Amino acid sequence: MIAGLTWLVAFQLVGEFVARVADLPVPGPVVGMLLLFCFLRVRRYDDQGSIVRAGTGLLRHLQLFFVPAGVGVVLYLGLIGREALPIGVAMLGSWLLGLAAVGWTAVALERLLGRPRDDVGTV
Amino acid sequence: MNTALDQALEVARSPLALLAVTLGGYQLGRWLQVRSGGHALVQPVLVTIVVVGVAITALDVDYPDYRRATELIAFWLGPATVALAIPLHRQAARLRGFVVPMLVAIVVGAVVSIVSAVLLARALGAGDDLERTLATKAATTPVAIAVTDALGGIPPLAAVFAIIIGIVGAIAGPAVLDVLRIRDRRARGLAVGAVSHGVGASRMLREDETEGAFAGLAMGLSALAISLLVPVLAIWLF
Repeated sequence: MIAGLTWLVAFQLVGEFVARVADLPVPGPVVGMLLLFCFLRVRRYDDQGSIVRAGTGLLRHLQLFFVPAGVGVVLYLGLIGREALPIGVAMLGSWLLGLAAVGWTAVALERLLGRPRDDVGTV
Repeated sequence: MNTALDQALEVARSPLALLAVTLGGYQLGRWLQVRSGGHALVQPVLVTIVVVGVAITALDVDYPDYRRATELIAFWLGPATVALAIPLHRQAARLRGFVVPMLVAIVVGAVVSIVSAVLLARALGAGDDLERTLATKAATTPVAIAVTDALGGIPPLAAVFAIIIGIVGAIAGPAVLDVLRIRDRRARGLAVGAVSHGVGASRMLREDETEGAFAGLAMGLSALAISLLVPVLAIWLF
């Protein structure tokens, strides 16, 4: 467990370093994710390795790690209440439009390239 | 008597107690999720935020103090984000034939999401700083904070919006995708990750590994797209 966590922290650290030195607009952990992906591909990393075990354990509880920032909502309950209509409509409307835009664009281009898929089948 | 109460309150407001409330709230959320048969509305992150919000309001703990006390929990978001490479590695074969559709869809989605958030808020009479804060909500929290800061919005509120929209994605994402008839698991994961970042990805990981893998990748690509596109679109929008 600790060996795997050490690897994950190390990749995050390298990610932070690369993001800072190259002045990238993405956070270090996202760079670390892409670096780890390349590492796992190149090494043909297997499913029993320490990185996979530790990482899968963390991902199972991904939602927990958003709680400290999310609780910040208590500071803005008043503002959100006063501006409920514009905030609610802008959030949900743009979420729905964005979701449809990504999903439909991806599927339409797949079809154009001749590789449509229907994984979910009859739902 | 009074001093005993004061002592008890002091312990209840200690960093240890705040950590315990957070972990306890999360366990309650997980228990409720199992009890409800995995009902979409019961997302552990939502249950935990409600439990903690009520607790710190009742105990009269300031949010910055709570935030400091739970740094230990927030810290793991970094390594967990790095770990999103793992489902992607296991699903890498499914990237074949999907790279071009994926990259185009992410850019289209980021533009639609940024522009529509700003214009909808403006149409309904939101103030300028609120428009600027809503622009980045589809990005993962550190990106939402940084980009909103540069744009002149309210960074901590941007983080809150990002997490709320993440929870919306975790609750409603799969059902709305069914209505939209998006059935390729790669496209499903991609769409939810693009508009609901890591919180949405956590739901998709529970549903299916392919969906989770592409949601994680979409979160990363969207973070990049949003941070590059917001400054450009801002010239035209504001």
